[in-house]
Amino acid sequence: MSAETQIQAPMPPAELAREPLVTNNRNVAWVSDQVAAIIEGKTPKWWWAAFIPSFLMMCLLGAMLLYKTSVGVGVWGNNHPTMWGWDIINFVWWIGIGHAGTLISAILFLLRQRWRTAVNRAAEAMTIFAVMCAGIYPALHTGREWLDWFLFPIPTSNSLWPQFRSPLMWDVFAVSTYFTVSCLFWYVGLVPDLAIFRDRAKTKMRKFLYGLFALGWTGSNRHWSNYEKCYLILAGVSTPLVLSVHSIVSLDFAVSQLPGWHTTIFPPYFVAGAIFSGFGMVLTLLIPLRKMCQLEDIITMRHIDLMCKVTLATGSIVGYAYIMELFIAWYSGSPYERYAFLNRIHGPYAWGYWTMMSCNVLLPQLFWFKKIRQNLLIVFIASILVNIGMWFERFVIIVISLHRDFLPSNWGYFAPTWVDIGTFLGTFGLFFTMFLLFMRFLPMIAVSEVKGVTPQSDPHHPLGGAKGGHH
Amino acid sequence: MNPKAYGILAEYDTPADIMHAAEKIRDAGFRKWDVFTPFPIHGMDHAMGLKNSPVGWFGFIGGVCGYTTGMLLIWFCNAFDYPLIIGGKPLFSPWAAFPPSYELTILFTAFGSIGGMMFLNKLPRLHHPLLKHARFEKATHDKFFLVIETADAKYSEAETRKLLETTGSKHIEMVEE
Repeated sequence: MSAETQIQAPMPPAELAREPLVTNNRNVAWVSDQVAAIIEGKTPKWWWAAFIPSFLMMCLLGAMLLYKTSVGVGVWGNNHPTMWGWDIINFVWWIGIGHAGTLISAILFLLRQRWRTAVNRAAEAMTIFAVMCAGIYPALHTGREWLDWFLFPIPTSNSLWPQFRSPLMWDVFAVSTYFTVSCLFWYVGLVPDLAIFRDRAKTKMRKFLYGLFALGWTGSNRHWSNYEKCYLILAGVSTPLVLSVHSIVSLDFAVSQLPGWHTTIFPPYFVAGAIFSGFGMVLTLLIPLRKMCQLEDIITMRHIDLMCKVTLATGSIVGYAYIMELFIAWYSGSPYERYAFLNRIHGPYAWGYWTMMSCNVLLPQLFWFKKIRQNLLIVFIASILVNIGMWFERFVIIVISLHRDFLPSNWGYFAPTWVDIGTFLGTFGLFFTMFLLFMRFLPMIAVSEVKGVTPQSDPHHPLGGAKGGHH
Repeated sequence: MNPKAYGILAEYDTPADIMHAAEKIRDAGFRKWDVFTPFPIHGMDHAMGLKNSPVGWFGFIGGVCGYTTGMLLIWFCNAFDYPLIIGGKPLFSPWAAFPPSYELTILFTAFGSIGGMMFLNKLPRLHHPLLKHARFEKATHDKFFLVIETADAKYSEAETRKLLETTGSKHIEMVEE
């Protein structure tokens, strides 16, 4: 064993050693038991207290959509000159939230950030539900949503095809691919965990359902070998996918000729903003859940700390983009471009602009301080404010750019209607209903992945059974 | 040889134990055997003598098909089947056709690699002799198993059991078909 000892790197000094990913020296059996307790235990009271209002709000969404479909888009506040209102704001907002899930599951996987395992499952679920909420808006904002199938290249008797030069068509392909690949990635990750629940199921029904969806997974190493390669490829394609989706969403704006929209900075700036708001939502969801479900040893303070740092980094990129937009507006020399930005700063909607600036640029700067990153209450409140700020970013881009364009005779002031507000609240109902069902019936933590990052799973670690001679 | 037996199963407590056992079985020249673990163990592919997984090829072929599908579809729709000049631009341009084709590349790569993984793993399957075995339930929890199938050419009940005993297994038993 002496040769082996020599080739191994020496252990880092104590002050450089990292905190373990699963704290309190828990073993692999504890991980399955703790996560299974959420599913196998009695439904907690707080779950019902959260589920019932969410479900009622989801019903509100159904009513709003039904009303909108039967009466028409006129029930929304969209009107000349602000032809895109809350529909597109909420579409971009929800889909942006989804992006953190893919960032955690794909980009952090490629970067070998092993801390992702504790949060990736819940974040991927968040992605799927957020994309569901997002998808409602473009589907319904077409006005005659029963003709939405025109968007797909389906041969018909009038033999017309979609016009593929339009960014709105690119959007259809980007968002539907994103939804499909996110679901597949999530499901592939779930298969080994469903097998865990099949094997510990006490009732016939559970055994059958978990067994059916576990696809006969046995944990064979020959399977793991193919599985890990497949997972790597999915991570590898999801990374360019998530970057392309929000880039294409930004092209819906940037390809047009409107001052305030027609800028080349949009794709990277939209992607950074999306990840920023998504991490805000992950923090909003996981800070209470880790407490409610006793997962503090899996989603540790180090995880919260790291997510705050990502929020700080992406928030600062967004801040840079805001300032660069202002600079380019001045530097362009175009009076319309300059006016569009002056109007944001001190026009009739200046309150929206300054809400955005303070929530997205100033607020995340608090996360430079470790004391604040470790204060769960402040982090929780900040994570909500981040999403309020990001909602206002889309409001600023869409409403403020549209309401005053080239001709003053064309100007107007936009206000939402009760249907706009009801629909938006309804999407929260859909999102939380889906998320609560998910956490009650499916493993909220990627159990087999978390097991894989404990020292007990490392054959070269004493806790993994390594004998003397190894470090 | 008992025709009803599927294989012989050995249980281990730690990843290091099963890794050393796998190295021994690999060196003994068995072919139809496998290791079952609750999580992928780093280095186990080498310990079992497995080659790099070919799933990447399925993904690659999927991606090529996706990109080609996108480009051909858009060319067919906008330049061939119903040519319609829009904004005075060429009927087909690879630049405008790129974003949807790019998305289809990703979509088909995902289909290809998941389909390839399922095909190579012979999944889904609704029945497996090991899944009926009560002790094997721990394979997804915290135990590690090594199974040598009776179908292996080198298998013989007494000698294989003896070999598994030398690997330090805590528990060895037969699994019915």
